[in-house]
Amino acid sequence: MAKLATKKISPRYRPLSQIATATYDASAEELKTYYRQMLLMRRFEEKAGQMYGMGLIGGFCHLYIGQEAVVTGIQAALRPGDKVITGYRDHAHMLACGIDPRAVMAELTGRAGGISKGKGGSMHMFSVEHGFYGGHGIVGAQVSLGTGIAFAEKYRETGGVTVAYFGDGAANQGQVYESFNMAELWKLPVIYVIENNQYAMGTSVNRASAEGELYRRGESFRIPGRQVDGMNVLAVKAAADEAVAWSRGGNGPILLEMKTYRYRGHSMSDPAKYRSKEEVQKMRAEHDPLDQAKKRLLDAGILDEESLKTIDREVKEIVADAADFATASPEPEPSELWTDVYA
Amino acid sequence: MSIDVKAGLKSQTVREALRDAMAEEMRRDPDVFLMGEEVAQYQGAYKVSQGLLDEFGPKRVMDTPITEHGFAGLGVGAAFAGLKPIIEFMTFNFAMQAIDQIINSAAKTRYMSGGQIGCPIVFRGPNGAASRVAAQHSQNYAAWYAHIPGLKVVAPYSAADAKGLLKAAIRDPNPVVFLENEILYGKTFDVPEGDDWIVPLGKSAVVREGSDVTLVAYSIAVGQCLEAADALAADGVSAEVIDLRTLRPLDLEPVIASVQKTNRLLVVEEGWPTCGISAEVSARVTEQAFDYLDAPVLRVANADVPTPYAANLEKLWLISPEKIITAAKAALYRD
Repeated sequence: MAKLATKKISPRYRPLSQIATATYDASAEELKTYYRQMLLMRRFEEKAGQMYGMGLIGGFCHLYIGQEAVVTGIQAALRPGDKVITGYRDHAHMLACGIDPRAVMAELTGRAGGISKGKGGSMHMFSVEHGFYGGHGIVGAQVSLGTGIAFAEKYRETGGVTVAYFGDGAANQGQVYESFNMAELWKLPVIYVIENNQYAMGTSVNRASAEGELYRRGESFRIPGRQVDGMNVLAVKAAADEAVAWSRGGNGPILLEMKTYRYRGHSMSDPAKYRSKEEVQKMRAEHDPLDQAKKRLLDAGILDEESLKTIDREVKEIVADAADFATASPEPEPSELWTDVYA
Repeated sequence: MSIDVKAGLKSQTVREALRDAMAEEMRRDPDVFLMGEEVAQYQGAYKVSQGLLDEFGPKRVMDTPITEHGFAGLGVGAAFAGLKPIIEFMTFNFAMQAIDQIINSAAKTRYMSGGQIGCPIVFRGPNGAASRVAAQHSQNYAAWYAHIPGLKVVAPYSAADAKGLLKAAIRDPNPVVFLENEILYGKTFDVPEGDDWIVPLGKSAVVREGSDVTLVAYSIAVGQCLEAADALAADGVSAEVIDLRTLRPLDLEPVIASVQKTNRLLVVEEGWPTCGISAEVSARVTEQAFDYLDAPVLRVANADVPTPYAANLEKLWLISPEKIITAAKAALYRD
């Protein structure tokens, strides 16, 4: 066997991938906002889980509980006009985009008041008004689509960036790499966010990925990557700020791997027997994004227990109102069967 | 059918007509762009995009890597965001790599979003059998796409229709699968002068009037039906030929009207018969005009096997005017 040539580093080589360590220095107001948003996501998803159990929500329902810091930190770095696209675990992304919780919950219940008039369901929700382009049920499809939305931003010279969220499972789809290639080739303003919650349904990253350090997955396309503590909203925000500056600055795509964790099963029908209760419990106890944010708020004296309770009460009211609306809203008219097929 | 236009006519190949359609629409609307393999510097694998890079520049005429799934998805995303992409597949055989994005993303998102998100995109390229390229490069996807609610599917025969329908497809707010034919690219027809020639989607056309038997076809099979009709006329049989032009939505009104006159129907398709467009036409005419039929609806389609390479086998596999003539006579119970 021939001896391998001594490794030569090309002069074009640059260290593309790093483990990010920075955290964002949030103001008191920002920290409160992040906490409140994450709490809304958690309570909303808990309610969705309950309503699923009661038979009010059908089909597939993928909860975001545990991952709240990711979308909260990323969205905090965006500005109005930027675009967002994600996969099927999308409820919290919509809340983070500022979409009315009533319209999201009523879509989950399949009612006329849902954001897709009840015709999309949990996995297929959209709000062009809020720059939210779905909500896509085919694993990995949103990566090509998001790259195309970024293409449109560049074509029209809007200065906007697009965030394409996907999971560790989608990270093994071929079209993800086809998209990476074109995005870097054409310097498209797209931020790829891998929400690595460790399990693609029941398959752990290490059982599915030859390169489990997913932040390095863009390297052969010369796309820089960062691995980020996705349970810490301030780490997410810091990485997102860097990524947004990079992409908005005309440098093309960047890849953020968010190390995160979902506490619930893949979907409501998943008993999650592929991991131990201890593993889940350890993540909840030691890394919970809400607990971390709450501790910061208390330690810094920004909020006391009483004001935290007030926030909790307000958020519960919003969620209860959304649930009431989603239960009271009528089913779509039968005539809706035939609408929205063609323009 | 004679083209009813006040403007003059010019003689053009299908290839040139398609190019002019794209150029005119790109001049008209800055949101229209062309993307695909070899569409820019190479001027198109089949030279359909000849000259477009020179006129519109690399921003609007973009060569892609060989990455059909990726650039189809990218195009759909751009269309969601309001651009009007023309995505060229070098042939529709390669679009199978991209079919998830065409069906699951392009066709369904308007519905799934309750009407919020449109997808004004055209997927175009040659479809159907080419010559001697065997099974993987020779097949007709018309039925595949026509099956899908949310898509429009067009398959023109003449250069005038190719131009007018492509312009309509580019202006259409819905995703359109535009099926061309490699063998027709070099065929010459009369095309109206000027840049306002539009043929509406969803309208079939009687291209030859007749009274004894109705021949229905689309794309290259229309030409074969016209040849067969000439031969049948010499034999005393008057065949009416209808070009479907758009396969979804399917306009069968002229077909029903024709069957009410001829009482005999032959559906011709350069593609497989099973679950094909010809099967759909046959089913609908049987539902809607059964009482007018004096013979079973007959189909002429390719043999229901993969496309062979050997010249003699390929010929056996394909439809031909001779096969159409034989079937037409069978519909008339003549030898």
